[in-house]
Amino acid sequence: MIKLLLFAQFRDQIGKQEMQFPIEGKTVKELKEILKESYSFDELDSVMVAINEEFVTDQEIIREGDIIALIPPVSGG
Amino acid sequence: MGTSYGDDAMNYQITKDPIKIENVVQKVVQREAGAITTFIGTVRELTHGRRTLYLEYEAYESMALKKLEQIGKEIAEKWPDTKTAITHRIGRLEITDIAVVIAVSTPHRAESYEANRYAIERIKEIVPIWKKEHWEDGEEWVGNQLGTREYTDGKPGEEDLHD
Repeated sequence: MIKLLLFAQFRDQIGKQEMQFPIEGKTVKELKEILKESYSFDELDSVMVAINEEFVTDQEIIREGDIIALIPPVSGG
Repeated sequence: MGTSYGDDAMNYQITKDPIKIENVVQKVVQREAGAITTFIGTVRELTHGRRTLYLEYEAYESMALKKLEQIGKEIAEKWPDTKTAITHRIGRLEITDIAVVIAVSTPHRAESYEANRYAIERIKEIVPIWKKEHWEDGEEWVGNQLGTREYTDGKPGEEDLHD
């Protein structure tokens, strides 16, 4: 199982801060496709993904125990 | 040569409380410094003519702290003998409230301005903090939503860096 953290509009949309997924071995790109289909998240192309608090590319493979976060365009400052 | 990685993790904070500017400045005081610049980011009422009632900031706190620390390290590499401290507030902020304070101390004044500018631009690129604008007639997470902007290469471009 991996933990997926949601922030900003994603947290608002789902109404939860985190979800669990059995997606070990899949790539970040595959995760995005699953999220698009299952939750109709529709802006994932502009969203960055972090695994264990570091930004990763779509090619990164997800491993057991990873903590994944969807990072929509940031707007701090 | 100073401590190029000498920034204490305590120099970077995410807080729900009002930021005390002087506390942030004190963290970068050093004998080697001839200049300290302070950037104070505040909540603006009007954006493109639209009136903001208040803002809500949210952070992925543990990662945001790491990224603030990374910015400090980048600054120390680019401008030797520099110390950086950054505090960002989250939660509900009213108009004129302070959202972020950045203090940078350097041996000479020119790099102090440059390094401080670098810090705020990097915050807007890599630190996972988001703001939600609340207006009289709605609300929206900034940097997202249909009809605003799409970061086609996964990160903001130059034109996005002037808010």
